[in-house]
Amino acid sequence: MKFRFVRLLVAASCIASAVAAHAAEVQVAVAANFTAPMQKIAAEFERDTGHTALLAFGATGKFYAQIKNGAPFEVFLAADDKTPARLDEEGATVPGSRFTYAIGRLVLWSAQPGVVDDQGEVLGRGDFRHLAVANPKTAPYGVAAMEVLRRLSLADGIAARLVTGENISQTYQFVATGNAELGFVALSQVMVDGKLSGGSAWQVPAGLYDPIRQDAVILAAGRDKPAARALADYLRGDKAVAIIKSYGYGL
Amino acid sequence: MITAADLAAIRLTLELAAVTTAALLVVGTPVAWWLARTRSAWKGVVGAVVALPLVLPPTVIGFYLLVALGPHGPVGQLTQALGLGLLPFTFAGLVVGSVFYSLPFVVQPLQNAFEAIGERPLEVAATLRAGAIDTFFSVVLPLARPGFVTATILGFAHTVGEFGVVLMIGGNIPDKTRVVSVQIYDHVEALEYAEAHWLSAGMLVFSFVVLLALYGRKKEMVR
Repeated sequence: MKFRFVRLLVAASCIASAVAAHAAEVQVAVAANFTAPMQKIAAEFERDTGHTALLAFGATGKFYAQIKNGAPFEVFLAADDKTPARLDEEGATVPGSRFTYAIGRLVLWSAQPGVVDDQGEVLGRGDFRHLAVANPKTAPYGVAAMEVLRRLSLADGIAARLVTGENISQTYQFVATGNAELGFVALSQVMVDGKLSGGSAWQVPAGLYDPIRQDAVILAAGRDKPAARALADYLRGDKAVAIIKSYGYGL
Repeated sequence: MITAADLAAIRLTLELAAVTTAALLVVGTPVAWWLARTRSAWKGVVGAVVALPLVLPPTVIGFYLLVALGPHGPVGQLTQALGLGLLPFTFAGLVVGSVFYSLPFVVQPLQNAFEAIGERPLEVAATLRAGAIDTFFSVVLPLARPGFVTATILGFAHTVGEFGVVLMIGGNIPDKTRVVSVQIYDHVEALEYAEAHWLSAGMLVFSFVVLLALYGRKKEMVR
């Protein structure tokens, strides 16, 4: 009986020390379009600071709902600037911690070579069955895509051929599987080390849509967490900025 | 409040569930009959395949459907060769996905009902010189009626409650593939919580009433 109690104590203290050793963890909610660069940044962050970033990827609107309902995220990397601003207003953040970590760029992409020309004229010719966009109601890249179509005066003619992904990842999936011949996706999804990873693409000129500002913010749950502050700083450092740019984001 | 887009989504959902349930009864009845009667070694394999949607996450089903029905997938190549075009992003595509997704909810109640009939009524029918088809419609169908009612209700309700598969192969097109569950998801994503509440509460009440009808009926039968 006594032995068992001692053993229990030892086990408990082992667990406690293990928790202490991993105390410098930071829970991060990351916009789906930023998945690949964030994985790289998190690995570098862990190597350089010893802190571990636990990443959750998803839609910004869903994260908003979860954060408002007590999700334990400490840092939020949104796909837009509106959602972090709104959280700021509602007192769910650490005031003054908001900053733009990346500016998203839109690209018209097809998984097949030779489908999209480098002027995007394929849009006007209209010889395709489906054009995939992210849902403009919920995804900033969808808003930007619709803006491009409007400015090119193509929105009405193409409306019947639009298919909508719930977020930019799903939109990419529609195009990558060939179910939609082409679609507006994030440049970061089709660019690796400054080069197109496959297929054909037209990088939409910045003048055709409002910049997709992606803001990050430290949430209330990260208030007294040094690791949360460290990650926010790290995102603005040279190393992170270089990674962010290599995926085709502006800054 | 309920908007025109919400109403369109509700109508589409009911259409999808009705067409899917009808297709499931046509496809599911022979499968369930075979499963109930066979002594084949394949019974276990077919039964397991039918039950797969019970355990697989909708994302897996949706993803494989998207790949299989797509231009490079085996089903997609077949539908193209037949001149039917591609199924993703169409109502017909949603029906195909839903039939697979709701299959166990129709086949299993039917199979149970068929098994419960046993050999005796069929032997009696045979001695009265009833043919196989006559036996099925005059003996099996009336005896298995509760099974058919359960299968119809569950198949319909489960299709109404579908989300993941539709999201993956639907493309969220108004009047074609935007069903209620997707519309709710959109409302939540767009932070339109009031609209989301209206539709969600509607779904909750609908589901409860359907299940109440199902289980209430079962109780009466026991008495």
